[in-house]
Amino acid sequence: MSVAALAGDRALVEAARRTAAEVAAPNADEVDRDARFPRESVDAMRDAGMLSSLVPAKLGGGGASFSAAAEACFELGRSCGASAMVLAMHQIQIGCMVNHLEGSPWFEEYLREVVAEQRLIASITSEVGTGGDLGKSVAAVSEPADGSASFEKQAPTVSYGDYADAFLTTVRRSPDAEGGDQVLVLTKRDQMEMEPQGTWDPLGMRGTCSPGYVARAKFPTEQILTDPFSQISNESMTPLSHVLWSHVWLGIATDAFDRARAFVRAAAKRKPGEPLPAAIRLSELMSELSLLRAEVGLALEEYCRLIADDRAKLSEMATILRFNNLKIAASEQAPVVCQGAMAVGGIVAYKNDTPFSVGRHLRDSMSACLMVANERIHKTDASLLLIAKEV
Amino acid sequence: MNDQIRQVIREHAHLSVDVDSLGDDADLYQAGMTSHASVNVMIALEDTFDVEFLDSMLKRSVFESVDSISTALQEVGVPA
Repeated sequence: MSVAALAGDRALVEAARRTAAEVAAPNADEVDRDARFPRESVDAMRDAGMLSSLVPAKLGGGGASFSAAAEACFELGRSCGASAMVLAMHQIQIGCMVNHLEGSPWFEEYLREVVAEQRLIASITSEVGTGGDLGKSVAAVSEPADGSASFEKQAPTVSYGDYADAFLTTVRRSPDAEGGDQVLVLTKRDQMEMEPQGTWDPLGMRGTCSPGYVARAKFPTEQILTDPFSQISNESMTPLSHVLWSHVWLGIATDAFDRARAFVRAAAKRKPGEPLPAAIRLSELMSELSLLRAEVGLALEEYCRLIADDRAKLSEMATILRFNNLKIAASEQAPVVCQGAMAVGGIVAYKNDTPFSVGRHLRDSMSACLMVANERIHKTDASLLLIAKEV
Repeated sequence: MNDQIRQVIREHAHLSVDVDSLGDDADLYQAGMTSHASVNVMIALEDTFDVEFLDSMLKRSVFESVDSISTALQEVGVPA
């Protein structure tokens, strides 16, 4: 790895730690209680240049690696799950553009704008009428006229839809294209009309502010990424989402564990030398956390290796299964750890206003199984398992 | 071999058009084959030709047309 890349990595991770400790942590409870956007966290990320850390150095960005992006998500996740998830989703969109811009002058220029203006990017991938299958779209790019096209898409959730500066949206390539023949379009807020649908009062991840919208956009056709979405999905959006999300969940689970550990230490100090049943439960919990950490860490290493050296392999069914399994395993294990932490602390962990509270962690972690429903992923995997050989 | 491939596609790909209206190089996904249907096509091909595809071949691009399927089958030993 080059010196510049290492510098970019260090800058990103240090900025994430600082933002987590100084800004995200002190506001996490209020963000959660009021289901409000973690505006001060995102402002701090902007001030530190974190929103362009994945943009290549030759376009003026931080040139950081996916490893550093994952570590940043983990660090923020330890303080505020919603702040961390906003960063993760933004980095996924940047990663998709960086991996697939194919020398497009428009996208290169846009990434320079991300660097200069610290633009926050959201995605519009889910859609009413697709049964939760992101590989299918109802909305389509209109027939282009004078180099300009449009779409209208009904999205059941758009995370931070009111706060993003631009959106990456999946749509069918043309009005007569099949549902699976999709492209990815980047549109700026001033090219769009976002009509809110419904409310946002969920169990967890409340600060992501993800209600539904009808999204309408009119844009020059050069804002469509050339690579088909099926390829972008296999090589970037799906594995990168699963890797970065799972680092957020690992961060949440790690903080829950740390709170349980602080509880046990406080109890041990009060009654030195006396048997401490909670300490045994904490030890059991550590093995659950280790399982989560191992799966998440290994998947990150594999993704970094494949995207750098063996990109075609990311489209193989065995690899698709591997990164789908990461999502399922991590999304099921994170709430197990959070619930275990609650069992260690008992009523003190259950209450919302103690230093050992893990209610927010438990609720945040329970969103994991819904972000692309595990049931839908199992359905895909069940089919792939019929034909893949070494898994 | 292409006739047998076309028969498998006819039975398993669930295209939105008749496979006979497509050329050997036509994109089957653009003709409506879903990812799920493509897996059934792969299984049926393995069964029909009594072969096993390698993991490195099990990806979208290898099964996107009659031509690419024919190449893949030759790679695992089916005579052209």
